[in-house]
Amino acid sequence: MKLTGAEIFIECLKREGVKTVFALPGGVVLKIFDTLHQQKDVEVILTRHEQGAGHMAEGYAKATGKAGVCLVTSGPGMTNVITALADAYMDSVPMVCFSGQVPTSLIGNDAFQEADNIGLSRPCTKYNFLVKDVNDLAATIKEAFYIATTGRPGPVLVDIPKDVSMAKAEFTYPNSVSIRGYNPTYEGNKWQIKQAAEAIMKAKKPILYVGGGVIFSSASQELLELAEMTQIPVDMTLMGLGAFPGEHPLSLGMLGMHGTYQANMAMHYSDLVIAIGARFDDRVTGKVSEFCPYAKVIHVDIDPTSIRKNINVDIPIVGDCKTVLREFNQILRATVNGEQKELRKPWWDQIQEWQQAHPLTYHQEKDGPIKPQQVVKRLYELTRDRDPIVSTDVGQHQMWAAQYFKLAKPNRWLTSGGLGTMGFGFPAAMGAQAAFRDRLVLCIAGDGSIQMNMQEMATAVVSKLPVKIIILNNGFHGMVRQWQDLFYEGRYASSDLGTTPDFVKLAEAYGAVGLRVKKVGDLDAVLKEAMATDKPVIVDVPTYPYENCYPMIPAGGCNHEMLLEDPPELKKKQAGAGKVTPEDKDTVLTA
Amino acid sequence: MEHIISVTVENKFGVLSRVAGLFSGRGFNIESLSVAPTLDPSMSQMTIVTSGDERIIEQIVKQLNKLIDVIKVVDLNETEFVSRETAIIKVHTKDADRAEALRIVDIFRANVIDSTPSTYTIEVSGDPKKIEAIINLLQPLGIKDLVRTGRVAVAREPARPVAVQTKKVARD
Ligand SMILES: Cc1cc2nc3c(=O)[nH]c(=O)nc-3n(C[C@H](O)[C@H](O)[C@H](O)COP(=O)(O)OP(=O)(O)OC[C@H]3O[C@@H](n4cnc5c(N)ncnc54)[C@H](O)[C@@H]3O)c2cc1C
Ligand SMILES: Cc1ncc(C[n+]2csc(CCOP(=O)(O)OP(=O)(O)O)c2C)c(N)n1
Ligand SMILES: [Mg+2]
Repeated sequence: MKLTGAEIFIECLKREGVKTVFALPGGVVLKIFDTLHQQKDVEVILTRHEQGAGHMAEGYAKATGKAGVCLVTSGPGMTNVITALADAYMDSVPMVCFSGQVPTSLIGNDAFQEADNIGLSRPCTKYNFLVKDVNDLAATIKEAFYIATTGRPGPVLVDIPKDVSMAKAEFTYPNSVSIRGYNPTYEGNKWQIKQAAEAIMKAKKPILYVGGGVIFSSASQELLELAEMTQIPVDMTLMGLGAFPGEHPLSLGMLGMHGTYQANMAMHYSDLVIAIGARFDDRVTGKVSEFCPYAKVIHVDIDPTSIRKNINVDIPIVGDCKTVLREFNQILRATVNGEQKELRKPWWDQIQEWQQAHPLTYHQEKDGPIKPQQVVKRLYELTRDRDPIVSTDVGQHQMWAAQYFKLAKPNRWLTSGGLGTMGFGFPAAMGAQAAFRDRLVLCIAGDGSIQMNMQEMATAVVSKLPVKIIILNNGFHGMVRQWQDLFYEGRYASSDLGTTPDFVKLAEAYGAVGLRVKKVGDLDAVLKEAMATDKPVIVDVPTYPYENCYPMIPAGGCNHEMLLEDPPELKKKQAGAGKVTPEDKDTVLTA
Repeated sequence: MEHIISVTVENKFGVLSRVAGLFSGRGFNIESLSVAPTLDPSMSQMTIVTSGDERIIEQIVKQLNKLIDVIKVVDLNETEFVSRETAIIKVHTKDADRAEALRIVDIFRANVIDSTPSTYTIEVSGDPKKIEAIINLLQPLGIKDLVRTGRVAVAREPARPVAVQTKKVARD
């Protein structure tokens, strides 16, 4: 029997196990929406902006490990989703975006709402397709999911002209995909693996540096085995948080620009860096010429371009984390004995010394303004039993969330690392919530970032996605203000947000619940109230506006030279502001 | 250092812009790029002349390989290779210069492929030095038009395609 392009589209989604599509309609995709409307297998979540749809697909993908799917119209629908595609591309998020296109006969004519979707998305997708013939549609969709989810994952765009969605073709879904130019390497080179295992046995000061790749390849169990067996401490990137249990004694926390003291010191003084699924981003390496000066480097990555892109590698292994870690473990199981522990005792002693010398700190006065770290810490402690999924926006609050919200398991951390997209957090949390309706999903947001996709509150209310948003409301683009205080002599050029909206009333206006924490003593009670609500909630937490995030390695600085607290001039300047309470925050901000 | 990279790609819509976009997006140099179908019409052969230090060339080769439409990448500098470029040069030839022009054509084993009373159109093939040399000699006569193909190159037998990552057929 022949099916229309729109019907074929839906049949393909079903074959791929897609239950939810984040979408916003328009002229050229009306046929597809009309067809979606008449079936029950695939749920459509109508978003209020295509950027929201894109980030929701990302959140869905990060939480489930499967490809997230969004559907947008031509022209402005496409241009609106670009930020989300670019975000997914930078963070290797598997997603398939379907865009509508003007009818094939009009392509190139500057038709109404025409855009060069292929040209626009080329630099921010792993691959993209224009489907010109309905007979190619099913095979193309199969390839799109295959490319998005295999190798180094990433976003794929499928551009469907209006006439293709309406034309009919015989439906057959291919069982397999064969693309002669695309064949990711999963097995690591055996000889290199052996070399690496030998280096691991011999190292006196080894460190595991693990990233998002471990999560993509579901290799947490294998990583845990390796770390415990060899007693090697673990540093995680921002994207790798959750790959290894945050409370494990071997976890040194996050490394990099706002990483912990011990994580960065251990990297710097290590004699063997074992990088697993991490890409040596400049927020991690700092000054490249002085990065890990004493170390040999082992680098396991599925993407050959990640290896030797930023730093030299002694033992490169192109392969999948899970497969390679299994091989490591197999070799090491036979060779590891008590000796390594003895050999590394001085290293552990040193690390513990670092840990004790400069743990993460902040000072919360009993009646003083609320410190953002305190909010994250309490949120963590109050919710850990419920194994929540946590998303963040971008800025200081993101870094505090990374430092204080210790994740026990992978796929619970949704954050925008590579592109650093403000406005990511809320829709990403909604995407995860759509995948797991019964789980607790938190969004730790900034007062600046949340306003970039606030409109999705309407979606959350209508589609019953009870995300709990906690706004660390400091009245500033806090991360920008921090740089201005440290590097621009405290001139707050466009970082002061002035009067922000009343987020409680805003939540209520959308039909959600709004709560505010007035003083630090109320924090627990309000957070508990929020967690007990079955609707979307905004918890507005006015926080101390001048708190800075430490440790910090200034951009281009060396990893062992961290700023650990405000420099003296800054402290002096803030001495007055230190008395600020949330009530008179606005007066201080405008002063 | 200058490298000549030979890239076998799918012969389909949009592939050239993917390759060109990779170079411009990542700030890699392209000195010349030529492309045409191979014996197998489903594939095209690109010859890209680029430059960069070892690290950059390694990234270029890897990034090219990463493109889904790229089937094979060979950095010809890793092997022995031969390369050629063709130029077509239209020169003004006053009566007094016509003999001189033909003499130059002869020396460079070039061909006159079109002629009018006041011009010769000359075709010449060779390595870039040879092309530069003939251009220099013809310049005094007055060059009216000049087009160059960019280089094409092929490995000498037996090739040692060092930089190739084997790309087998992928299956689900
Ligand atoms: C305000 C701000 C501050 C930041 N500060 C920090 C900071 O202090 N510390 C920090 O770490 N980051 C920080 N970042 C994030 C940083 O910009 C990078 O996004 C991050 O460091 C990259 O993480 P990653 O190396 O784990 O790579 P990812 O982007 O997660 O990439 C994963 C890597 O694994 C590979 N891979 C994928 N799948 C597999 C597989 N199956 N097998 C093997 N390999 C695979 C990929 O090819 C890639 O190389 C910050 C971002 C922002 C916005
Ligand atoms: C879309 C976008 N625009 C600009 C930036 C630059 N930027 C990074 S952090 C930041 C401030 C974020 O403010 P807020 O959300 O209030 O978080 P805070 O740092 O105050 O916790 C800005 C403007 C960005 N990352 N993303
Ligand atoms: Mg803020």
